[in-house]
Amino acid sequence: MQKRLLLNSKHFEITISRLCYQLIENHNDFSQSALIGLQPRGVFVARRIHRRLSEILNSEKILIGDLDITFHRDDYRRRDIILPSETKLNFSVDDRKVILIDDVLYTGRTIRAGMDALLDFVRAKKIELLTLVDRRYSRHLPIEPDYIGIQVDTILSEKVKVYWKETDGEDAAWLITEK
Amino acid sequence: MISRLSSKHLLGIKGLSKEDIELILSTADNFKDVLNRPVKKIPSLRDVTIANLFFENSTRTRLSFELAERRLSADVVNFAASSSSVSKGETLIDTVKNILAMKVDIVVMRHPNPGAAVFLAKHIDSKIINAGDGAHEHPTQALLDAYSIREKFGEVKNKRVVIVGDILHSRVALSNIFCLQKLGAEVMVCGPTTLIPKYISSLNVKVEHNLRKALEWCDIANMLRIQLERQDTKNFPSIREYTMMYGLNMEMLRSLKNKITIMHPGPINRGVEITSEVADSDQSIILNQVENGVAIRMAVLYLLAADTY
Repeated sequence: MQKRLLLNSKHFEITISRLCYQLIENHNDFSQSALIGLQPRGVFVARRIHRRLSEILNSEKILIGDLDITFHRDDYRRRDIILPSETKLNFSVDDRKVILIDDVLYTGRTIRAGMDALLDFVRAKKIELLTLVDRRYSRHLPIEPDYIGIQVDTILSEKVKVYWKETDGEDAAWLITEK
Repeated sequence: MISRLSSKHLLGIKGLSKEDIELILSTADNFKDVLNRPVKKIPSLRDVTIANLFFENSTRTRLSFELAERRLSADVVNFAASSSSVSKGETLIDTVKNILAMKVDIVVMRHPNPGAAVFLAKHIDSKIINAGDGAHEHPTQALLDAYSIREKFGEVKNKRVVIVGDILHSRVALSNIFCLQKLGAEVMVCGPTTLIPKYISSLNVKVEHNLRKALEWCDIANMLRIQLERQDTKNFPSIREYTMMYGLNMEMLRSLKNKITIMHPGPINRGVEITSEVADSDQSIILNQVENGVAIRMAVLYLLAADTY
């Protein structure tokens, strides 16, 4: 197995900050917007973005939620069952601009499921997509992110793994090649 | 936690492990959340066809299963024995084989004969969910009862549950005993000697014939209905006498040391096993049980359908 470091702890921090400033350009004070992290790994990105945005804007009112997409996956009954995680949306999505957030964008199937799951909570004004790592040239669906942390070119046998200080001890993104 | 059920069917609680039950309960949490969304439907079972075969009358269970199936986007066919060819003499196997020939993936069946679901599972190649077989088991009722207790108290372990009434004819009682014990609760049954089966001692449950003593002991009382349709011999002199001895009224409920929780699997015979006042009091979680029934049945269907492809 070979590993290549994509983002170290310092770059990680810089990338999160840059994404926050890009978001502010489009969402101002976030009074009409909400961050929604996709379970299970997207919620880590969303929380980190939320924390940094709150610092930058000196606001405690930025809305954040967790969205589970298990019931909208297109591979139920085609692979081992995946158990659902919790959905936490303590606010109305209706007529808000929503930023869906995930750690790695690969085939786009998770995002498709995420959009369907989100639309079950009535009609968002607009849905945007933020991803920490974008694996280019590997999409199965016509889905492209609006905000990208880092872009990498990968092949099928490679994997991108994101580690978090909160659960793994350090922030890092690795490209892993199985031999 | 395990990620799939150890059993291909849901025939009874007896065949489930503690881990199976916990998996169903925790999955039901997610479905309860879905049921509180503006859009209460999810697409998971959109390519699954389910037949609801009810060889015996039912309101709650049938509606609850049908709603759960539709909320999961399954295609549903309903069958009631009273309006079918069963009355022309068709056997159970033939009826079901004909239905399965129409490409049905899952069969939900209620039948007056104990063991009907097990029998079917042995003879046909489809997933079977037992929605009540005679006086044997009613697994989804026990699961939703355990779920309702867990929801109210945080856990089922170490809770004291008394099941009051017609234990002899009750599939709810047997499934509840298995389920609650697997989850670590203490179970007592209470009723007249004639309505408590002789084998009950082999199930490691306490037996009490005095309602007040039973209620003083418990945290939760599950009040069963007298199954008038199953009484082939007289097991008690009259309904009035049963109500005097085993009916729960507000006066008795208020006089207890502890504030106990009241459950009932329905349908309620108001004024017989419990008074209207008790059924509608803030100590009753009867309607929560009904609401939780849909989430539990969605969880069971979701977990069982996972490997029907």
